[in-house]
Amino acid sequence: MTDLTRFTIAQAREHLRKKDFSALELADAHIKAMETHRDLNAFIVETADLARERAKESDFRIKSGNALPLDGIPLGIKDLFCTEGVQTTAGSHILKGFRPNYESTVSQKLRDAGSVMLGKLNLDEFAMGSSNKTSYYGHVKNPWKARGHATELVPGGSSGGSAAAVSAHLAMGATGTDTGGSIRQPAAFCGIVGVKPTYGRCSRWGIVAFASSLDQAGPMTRTVRDAAIMLNVMTGHDPKDSTSMPTKMPDVEAVLGQGVKGLRIGVPKEYRPAGLNAEVGALWDKGAQWLKDAGAEIVEIDLPHTKYALPTYYIVAPAEASSNLARYDGVRYGLRVPGKSLDDMYAKTRAEGFGKEVKRRILIGTYVLSAGYYDAYYLKAQKVRALIAQDFEKAFGKVDAILTPTAPTAAFGLNDKVDDPVAMYLNDVFTVPASLAGIPGASVPAGLNAHGLPLGLQVLTKRWDEATLFRVCQVLEDAAKFPGLRGGA
Amino acid sequence: MSYIIKGETGDWEVVIGLEVHAQVISAAKLFSSASTSFGSEPNSNVAFVDAAMPGMLPTINETCVEQAVRTGLGLKAKINHRSVFARKNYFYADLPQGYQISQYDQPIVGEGIILLDMPDGSVRSVGIERLHLEQDAGKSIHDIHPTKSFIDLNRAGVALMEIVSKPDMRSPDEAGAYLKKMRSILRYLGTCDGNMEEGNMRCDANVSVRPVGSTELRTRCEIKNVNSVRFVMQAIEHEAKRHIDVYESGGKIDQETRLYDSNKGETRTMRSKEFAHDYRYFPDPDLLPLEFDEAYVAAIKAKLPELPDDKKDRFMREYGLTAYDAGVLVAEKENADFFETVAKGRDAKLANNWVSNNLFSVINTRGITIAESPISAKNLGRLIDLISDNTISGRLAKDVFEIMVETGKAPDAIVEERGLKQITDTGAIEKAVDSVLAANPEKVAQVKAGKEALIGWFVGQIMKATQGKANPAMCQELLKKKLAQ
Repeated sequence: MTDLTRFTIAQAREHLRKKDFSALELADAHIKAMETHRDLNAFIVETADLARERAKESDFRIKSGNALPLDGIPLGIKDLFCTEGVQTTAGSHILKGFRPNYESTVSQKLRDAGSVMLGKLNLDEFAMGSSNKTSYYGHVKNPWKARGHATELVPGGSSGGSAAAVSAHLAMGATGTDTGGSIRQPAAFCGIVGVKPTYGRCSRWGIVAFASSLDQAGPMTRTVRDAAIMLNVMTGHDPKDSTSMPTKMPDVEAVLGQGVKGLRIGVPKEYRPAGLNAEVGALWDKGAQWLKDAGAEIVEIDLPHTKYALPTYYIVAPAEASSNLARYDGVRYGLRVPGKSLDDMYAKTRAEGFGKEVKRRILIGTYVLSAGYYDAYYLKAQKVRALIAQDFEKAFGKVDAILTPTAPTAAFGLNDKVDDPVAMYLNDVFTVPASLAGIPGASVPAGLNAHGLPLGLQVLTKRWDEATLFRVCQVLEDAAKFPGLRGGA
Repeated sequence: MSYIIKGETGDWEVVIGLEVHAQVISAAKLFSSASTSFGSEPNSNVAFVDAAMPGMLPTINETCVEQAVRTGLGLKAKINHRSVFARKNYFYADLPQGYQISQYDQPIVGEGIILLDMPDGSVRSVGIERLHLEQDAGKSIHDIHPTKSFIDLNRAGVALMEIVSKPDMRSPDEAGAYLKKMRSILRYLGTCDGNMEEGNMRCDANVSVRPVGSTELRTRCEIKNVNSVRFVMQAIEHEAKRHIDVYESGGKIDQETRLYDSNKGETRTMRSKEFAHDYRYFPDPDLLPLEFDEAYVAAIKAKLPELPDDKKDRFMREYGLTAYDAGVLVAEKENADFFETVAKGRDAKLANNWVSNNLFSVINTRGITIAESPISAKNLGRLIDLISDNTISGRLAKDVFEIMVETGKAPDAIVEERGLKQITDTGAIEKAVDSVLAANPEKVAQVKAGKEALIGWFVGQIMKATQGKANPAMCQELLKKKLAQ
């Protein structure tokens, strides 16, 4: 029998409707793959029984001619999304055993569209990390390895479990969240597509908060079309999230064939610092050429405040995180370590419940918000953030989309960069500016480096212009003919 | 009427600013749909966001915004069309989020003014610095278990208005008048119940002292959460004396937060400056800035009720009452309404006497409110009618009033039942006059000899003979006529 996990979402959707196989068979194939590849540690919780149950419901609807848009499609849900009755940990010890009584808006929308949840995907603790090594539940392995090497590689982060599961065909798609690159960078490291929509597109309700002004959910899939199919379902105004916007979402699947003819694509020179990895630089040039060949015009642009993006991000994000994570105090849910007094209980609970990177960011965030430092750090960072957004606004006066590399390198070894947080933070140097500006961005797998590891290209457009974003991504995908982990998606 | 404290080194004055926390009247909490109803089972009015469950987000309750704007308008304050919610970060067991959502440098309401009605009838003006919206915390209960604390989150997230005055008050009396006036305005507006004992209006007092004549502002201490007007006044008095003692013995006052102990009549340190929280305020990224236009404000303004100051002016104008009398009547809207019902179409001064003197004394003695008054406004009005149309005398009216208090019956019925109707029949009165005159020939002789003052004695005798029912004016007239014969 054909391996049902090889299909894309778009293909499986067709096959299911034609009843070539059932949703239950599709779910079982993925459950088997999930169980076979536990060595990747992509899932924190597997929900095989639940998946079969929902697959049966899908089959019933399909049979009765009432198929929903994602009926029977097996998906993984990043363990940052609260899922009703299913443990939700955010990759942290402090939430061990926490079972919410509510479902996040985004996962609810996917559920309402008929998709089948396979389980909760591993991530960096509270989505803080670029390697998936900060998870309390162990690191995730990248399914890719350098040619001829046995070295285990990181899947990127924080949505590392999502990227690994989709790349290794354990799930047809997955949800991710992106605060400074947490969808795009792991997508690039694992050779899949990852889309961070405009801030305000997807409701944040029910997603464990890291940095509220930056967090945004998005799809992670093996093809651009699949990402479009998922995103069409995930977005929409939610009155329960004040920062979710009622701006109308274009049908991004419908725009996929439209090409880039006549579009102006910006290439920012600030993204080519001295010492940029030569292969990354070469792939970027190649990507620009593909778009040019497809009829786009390539324009060099300036994003002058780019160099301040990373330091700005590492003030704003920890500041918000330090406050967002104050609720994990051992009083109402999750871990509680008893103490002699209330303060002692707080201290012990948080000391044991949070990992090193989370503590580091809470400390940074607390520091930059402190009396006497607020103006110099947080307020200044907000001003720089506005300038970065302005850079993009000006650029989008001249161009329709921007093309950059997604990450400065391919996936690195599990034991690299362990003790140098700043080197780790540099992974996000190309993804963070778009997060600060709230604009949509996507990573498309565009090629392999000399060691046979995937590299991604990042496309950015102006706020609410996901339509152009998907048009450009589709052209890149078509031109790149990226082999995928199995030599073809 | 300045309040001067005599110290050993000279005269001192006290400088007072008050922060009032007023619980907003609204069915739901500031950022959740959970009920605000009082007295529910612990932790029964708690939405996921109130308990700060992971991933939960606040969304603004528009009613609370409207109430804040309404209150701002009532305080003649500047309404800010754009305001920002900020997080005030600190850890406490009954603060689930680990921060309180409040407003910091961009509050919804700016500067305003409040007029104090002082006991001597004078009016003092006190500035309002700002009003902002914020969440209340939950409640920690420490006396159920010897080692455990219990948390009730019913109150967590309920909307409060923090109303900050300028340091414009100079005596405990003014602070008391400020709180009473604030409560009155809030109740008129329907934005807060203003019940300090139940805690839906709470007060922190900022107190400092300075030598009379000085304009400096010395270090202040904040006295937290005093739960009655009287205690606020006492706490200020004690705190001012403490400051003066410290200064006069060569010490200095440290800025700190203090608690008032009403049993011991003293304030003591709650949190010194070294332990002051660094709240790390920053704009709440879960909430967009709060914005509305002038039309929104105008619509609320159009529906404002008549407020105490306007009502007081009108009572003075329309009913000819003194500032003091009008001030007493309008302090509680229900009292003012009661008075107006009684005064309508009647002698306003007479109405005020009966309401403010006779009825209020009953109300105060019994410790009840006007809503529980044994005499309805309609019946009190009827009583005045009976006096005005000479059905009963003023003296008998007092008896009828007492019977009304006891029985709650209508005055007409009482007069009828007990035969208290005034005798205005000339013949009947004449008969009584004649018999009294006949019984007291020597007194008659004295009057005729010029001792006119005895006429009053005769009137008294006639009233006695008629059980007070004779019309006093008619008695006088007849007596004079007969004695002149």
